[in-house]
Amino acid sequence: MTDKKKLQIALYWGAACGGCDVAVLDTNEFILDVAAAADIRFWPIATDGKYMDLEALADGELDLTLFNGAVRNSENEHVAKLLRQKSGMLVAFGACACMGGVPGLANLTSRDEILTTAYLNNASIEPGNRTVPYVETDLDGMKLEIPALYKRVYKLADIVDVDYFVPGCPPAPDQIKNVILAVVKGELPARKSVVGASDRALCDDCKRSKTEKKTRRFVRPFEIIQDPEKCLMEQGILCMGSATRSGCGVRCPNSNQGCRGCYGPAPGVADQGTKFLSAIASIIDSKDPAEIDEIISRLPDFAGYAYRFGMPASTLQRSHRS
Amino acid sequence: MSYEPKIVGFLCNWCSYTGADLAGTSRIQYPPNIRIIRVMCSARIDPTFVVDALAKGADGVLICGCHPGDCHYSEGNYKAMRRFPLLKKLLQSYGVEDDRVRQTWVSASEGQRFADVVTDMTERVRALGPSRIHAALLADQRER
Repeated sequence: MTDKKKLQIALYWGAACGGCDVAVLDTNEFILDVAAAADIRFWPIATDGKYMDLEALADGELDLTLFNGAVRNSENEHVAKLLRQKSGMLVAFGACACMGGVPGLANLTSRDEILTTAYLNNASIEPGNRTVPYVETDLDGMKLEIPALYKRVYKLADIVDVDYFVPGCPPAPDQIKNVILAVVKGELPARKSVVGASDRALCDDCKRSKTEKKTRRFVRPFEIIQDPEKCLMEQGILCMGSATRSGCGVRCPNSNQGCRGCYGPAPGVADQGTKFLSAIASIIDSKDPAEIDEIISRLPDFAGYAYRFGMPASTLQRSHRS
Repeated sequence: MSYEPKIVGFLCNWCSYTGADLAGTSRIQYPPNIRIIRVMCSARIDPTFVVDALAKGADGVLICGCHPGDCHYSEGNYKAMRRFPLLKKLLQSYGVEDDRVRQTWVSASEGQRFADVVTDMTERVRALGPSRIHAALLADQRER
């Protein structure tokens, strides 16, 4: 790559846990090849840099930005828009950027409830403490500002135009490698595609034996002695494989855990949670409404399970409680 | 202008749609608030359709199928029966009021029952007022 200009890349985190950044580092020595072939212009978790450095870039100066994390506050939005402006290609990287992720579950409650619980009513808070965050605070004649928390969580594509989507919580390191190599070689599919994943449902790649699915009792993994060869749903353990895109290497079912759905809806699925709902309902072995109620009463937080990684990307997106 | 609820009705071809047809041919009056979509079986009604209707501005969704035991495809309505309580549970988490979505069984001979169900549902949804879901999702894009 002597005759070619080095690839200019940035990595950023919005409302995220940092796991996506760690997943990039989990590509091990490959990251050194990336560092040799590319200039990493901005990457808060690994390199020093300020937003003013970003602002100083020319529009489109970055070739590629991997944006992980959801958009939860004004800072996330500001940097998302800034990176969109500065990047030729913006990739929603990981479940949070693609679908809102775990932070997106906050959409089932309200900003007021969250702030009240976190700062006023929590058992670990000193009685009488009324310290709550304000966006602006006056201190010694100076104005201090912190980012404004939004009413709800957004996926990246709600805020800016996104070129590609790399799902996963976090994306599997070998898939990250494939995506970066595809960018370097210019071998990417049509814009707006999901890359670094498969076009099948997880069940297609799962090696567990699948026979007739019927259950009268849903269980959590620790409640039974599991048959490691048999489909988890047939054993009453919730597994989102049927509604979820493959590409992760079937990591959870291979570790005796049900799929949690982090790779997002399988191709052709509009709403991952309602598709999963149909899958569960079809295996309930009862025709008696009272018994059906009893069986599903063992799923106390169905919405939280069905949209663990995708509440802001679901059809109804958030709580509509008045 | 007074508020007229918009209700989307998913009706199975064999029992409930025929029941609605009977209500029509028998000249039974019922509120015009329901927009009927005929599907082959209540099992065809993917819960995705229901949330989609709500997100796009329906004030209520009615699902009708054959009575248990009467399904043209023998088991389809049992599939619908199993989905529904789980769907209600999901909608409850989203804060959607209970009366907005209803599932019931209407046979081909129950024209009067169909008219009664639609009348009752229309009044319940009217009492709730317009659904805020569609407007709220649009507003989310303007103000954070």
